[in-house]
Amino acid sequence: MVRIIVLVKDIVDLAELKIDPSTRSPKIEVVKRKMSDVDKRALEASIKLKEDYGGEVITLSMGGEKTKTAMLEALAMGADEAHIVNDDFTGVDTRGTSKILAAAIEKIGDFDLILCGEMTLDSLSAQVGPRLAELLDLPQVTYARHLELKDGRLRAERDLEDVDEVVEVDLPVVVSVVREINEPRIPSLMNIMKAKRKPTVELDAGALGLSIDEVRETSSIEILKVEAPLVERKRILIEAENVEEAAEKLAEAIIAEGVMEE
Amino acid sequence: MELNGVMVYSEDVELELQLLGKGAELAAKLGSDLSALLMGSDVKDAKTLIEHGADKVYIADHPKLAQFAVEPYRTGILEAVKKASPEIILLGATKRGKELAPRVAAALDTGCMTECIALDVDDERRLLAERLTYGGSCIAKEMSRKRPHIATIPPRTFQKPEPSKRDGKVIKLYFEIPVSKIAIVERKEKSRGEGGLEEAPIIVAAGRGLRQKEDLQLLEELANVLGAKVGCTRPIAADSGWLDEWIGISGLKVRPRLYIACGISGTVQHAAGIRDAQIIVSINNDEAANIFELSDYGVVGDLYKAIPALTKALKSGLK
Repeated sequence: MVRIIVLVKDIVDLAELKIDPSTRSPKIEVVKRKMSDVDKRALEASIKLKEDYGGEVITLSMGGEKTKTAMLEALAMGADEAHIVNDDFTGVDTRGTSKILAAAIEKIGDFDLILCGEMTLDSLSAQVGPRLAELLDLPQVTYARHLELKDGRLRAERDLEDVDEVVEVDLPVVVSVVREINEPRIPSLMNIMKAKRKPTVELDAGALGLSIDEVRETSSIEILKVEAPLVERKRILIEAENVEEAAEKLAEAIIAEGVMEE
Repeated sequence: MELNGVMVYSEDVELELQLLGKGAELAAKLGSDLSALLMGSDVKDAKTLIEHGADKVYIADHPKLAQFAVEPYRTGILEAVKKASPEIILLGATKRGKELAPRVAAALDTGCMTECIALDVDDERRLLAERLTYGGSCIAKEMSRKRPHIATIPPRTFQKPEPSKRDGKVIKLYFEIPVSKIAIVERKEKSRGEGGLEEAPIIVAAGRGLRQKEDLQLLEELANVLGAKVGCTRPIAADSGWLDEWIGISGLKVRPRLYIACGISGTVQHAAGIRDAQIIVSINNDEAANIFELSDYGVVGDLYKAIPALTKALKSGLK
């Protein structure tokens, strides 16, 4: 039996993200949100562990009303319970986020594993897993692409730059997974229906003994500006009778650019 | 305690030298000194670090530190920080550095700006950074307002400074080294492939438009004519395993003079890895593919016909 808390974030759908051409800032409000892809794989890994060894999967996320859609999907995939810290997190940095999550994890309590993605694809900060390990005084296994339990220990394959590692560690432990760990399942219609009856716990920072205003005011990192870099590309589509002719014209263009010489 | 000075560390010494380059610039603006940390067993690079700009080198040298593990290395950094009280800490954003930095930041109860591509300090000695966000489609300008400021920096972001004959102080650290709770039971060196993509002047890259591994041959033939390296997108390396490394936000960032994208759709994550290419050329059978938005020249069509034709045309054109 293994009790897993998996961190899931709903983010803007990056494939749909458009840039406002006049300000070059991303149009966040108009884009629909979805579960961050790597987080979904951490969730899938959690559900697989539950299927193999028995136990319970609890999702934990921070967000607002919109987060509930992603959590319903998580429950439909096979999570047993969803916890959402629902508050105004504007201006809260990763340090603050990690403290809120650590408090929520302690409140849920009695866990064997904390799973998360190596990074959320929106902010790309990749800090939450290691920060939680530090705050909760737990060992951390990062970049996992395979997980199994053996005699009450976790065995993980890790993917580093120069080596592949297999590590073992006693529970409880914080684990961050890479995208390659699995392909997440698509929930059946029946499981989507069932998900609506599964418990969702909503709480605010206050319920965790934290003042969200204080967390915000003491934020270490302030985001001053976000904008898309100017991409100056020629965007010339080569027109031709057939693809062979197009390739020849392309060769001429490449040579004319002078990029072949040092 | 008064915080002063800039400290740099990476377990990858080459990257640490690059951090010294940027660190020296920040230290000069702040009128403070620059220190570097060296950890391992039987370490030898103190002199090199000094020659590349370190005023002080803190050394944690112990057999227990022979192999990187996050708990002992994190403790080593915290010891050095206790001794040096730096106001800025720059750490290398290797995979190991990326798991180390947030732990150090959490232990010091401070912020951390990860994978910074530009750094500066303002009049109030706060650290300013630029980093990619939203999957790599945007650049965020961020400010750290809590000290010590911590930032991580990817390899090859900043130039390694020219070495010079100079003096520096070497300070040994003695501390109780915690035993890692993580047991490494197997370790396999990765086959590095042919590598060198980050410095390659020309790259021919494969995307999911390729049907099978054998088809990489088409790209290799084109690469041979151009003296280019062959690269790929994340699915080709990470899911299919046809090549070891991929280009993109989570992989290598390349800056060739010419980048030829073959059957690549052009996700924001891939785009972030090729932004610094001088000329981008793409071949894709889907005219709506985003890669054409990122390209200088595009051919809409079957890459199985276009690539051999391009190879042939370049071969005769370059004679």
